[in-house]
Amino acid sequence: MRYQNATAYRFLAPYLLIFSIFWLWPIINSFLISFQATRTVPWRFAPTFNWGRLIGDPAFFNALKNTLLILVIQVPVMITLAIVMAVLLNSPLLKARGLYRFAFFAPVVVGEVAYSAVFRLLFNLDYGIINKLLNSVGLPRIDWFSNVTPAMAVIMIAVTWRWAGYNAIILLAGLQSIPQDVYEAATLDRVSKLKQFFYITLPLLKPIIVFCAVLSIIGTMQLFTEPFLITERGGPGGGTETLGLLLYRQGFRSLNFGYASAIAYTMAGLAIAISLVQLWLTRDPK
Amino acid sequence: MSSRSSSKLGRSIALHLFLTPLALIWLFPLWMMVIFSTMPDRGIFSPSIELLPHGSFLDNVNNLQRGTNFIGAIGISVSVAVTYTFLSVLLTSMAGWALARYQFFGKGVVVAIILGTITLPYAVVLIPQFIMVARDFKLANTWVALIVPPLFNSLGVLFMRQSFSMMPGDLFDAARVEGVKEWRIFLFVALPLARPMLAALAIILFLASWNNYLWPLLINSKPGAMTAPVALGTLIGLTKVSWGGIMAGAVMLTVPMLVVFVLLQRHFVAGIAAGAIK
Repeated sequence: MRYQNATAYRFLAPYLLIFSIFWLWPIINSFLISFQATRTVPWRFAPTFNWGRLIGDPAFFNALKNTLLILVIQVPVMITLAIVMAVLLNSPLLKARGLYRFAFFAPVVVGEVAYSAVFRLLFNLDYGIINKLLNSVGLPRIDWFSNVTPAMAVIMIAVTWRWAGYNAIILLAGLQSIPQDVYEAATLDRVSKLKQFFYITLPLLKPIIVFCAVLSIIGTMQLFTEPFLITERGGPGGGTETLGLLLYRQGFRSLNFGYASAIAYTMAGLAIAISLVQLWLTRDPK
Repeated sequence: MSSRSSSKLGRSIALHLFLTPLALIWLFPLWMMVIFSTMPDRGIFSPSIELLPHGSFLDNVNNLQRGTNFIGAIGISVSVAVTYTFLSVLLTSMAGWALARYQFFGKGVVVAIILGTITLPYAVVLIPQFIMVARDFKLANTWVALIVPPLFNSLGVLFMRQSFSMMPGDLFDAARVEGVKEWRIFLFVALPLARPMLAALAIILFLASWNNYLWPLLINSKPGAMTAPVALGTLIGLTKVSWGGIMAGAVMLTVPMLVVFVLLQRHFVAGIAAGAIK
């Protein structure tokens, strides 16, 4: 194939232009901003100003801890649930498949604001239906948003509800690309369905599971809307404040762009580390 | 009846016994969103459990509209999403076409950039993007600010590259022999062939724009310039608008997308699943 530089770059030009202005330059720029004191006019270069503050800031460690806690609990629960959904939706025994698919996939189209509003109302202390249901079966109602643990639980439940079906869609596509004769051969050899799942399905699905896990981790790491709207600005008392929310508060409430950029680059560092783990997990065994 | 078919029946029953409650739990928040949107606030605050629709939807819409110009915000959201979808489909398919069909200097770098940005947190570009658009370009509270920065989209390009590289090359070569220009081959041969993929991509991009929250919240914060999710978000936690009104807004944002989802489920699923298949 001969080189067609001029033609190719004419097609790529608008896309690369947008990339350069709105991504490439900002990526470099936020790195530079993180080394500047931005609350003086003009900004001045102060290499340890933001980073020094970061490593001694209890609010940062609180947000980091909350974010990691959500990650460590919510992502595995959701991915497991998504695998279960995908495998069961793929079962030839399932009737009314379309209805089940709709139930699990519908949250994919629901916007963050709309579902945050609903979850906030569902878990309301006095008139939320969850507490009414708890009461009706004789259990005490829970003050979901005044205590950290239940507030965290609501966020994790909400995020899991919103994204499990999304991951199930990707996993289901992966399942459907596994050739059927592998299962037929296993069935002939009287391998139980459960063993087939653990010894055929899971290993073959592993790259897609890792892909879903990485996308979910990176998504959850930037969690903003749910603690912003459901638990009202990371409440109670910062108990659900995430890195995304801290960045918003520092960058756009306090207009402290330098410090917010340092927080952003911390998130990027975590994301890069996680991507490297993904590459290592899905490497070709030599 | 053989033991095999009876165990099959047993497994089928177990499957449905497990999946049905799970499906009902999953539908519950959406069902309650619709129910709440039809209830007057005294219904929402009453101690009884209400699971069926009432008749106050229009009252709730009026209540919402009095608190914020929600219909106007929906107008902005629709216009922005339509324009964004059109431009983004065009840009990503042009880029995908170049990557799929031409050999050129720096191709590896371009592909590496696109793959690299998939796992890069958006937070890293957010602050400089905001400073640039709001302060340097003075474009805050405009449509341009809502539409142009999100045009960079990596999964879409990979999806279109995949779509174009699966097409038979002879077709394009035949057109080239006839002396048809490259941009005409792209527009009039390749794009029509890619119609199902373009549909899948367009749906996903429309949805992304329709539901986008953080960027529009930051850049278009003036009441008359807000998108619908941002306008709705400002009401949560205040008493300016009743819960019924907020839920009516949530329904107006969600139900049209659910209808589109039901009608075009195949394209939706294809668009989302394509994210994983490289």
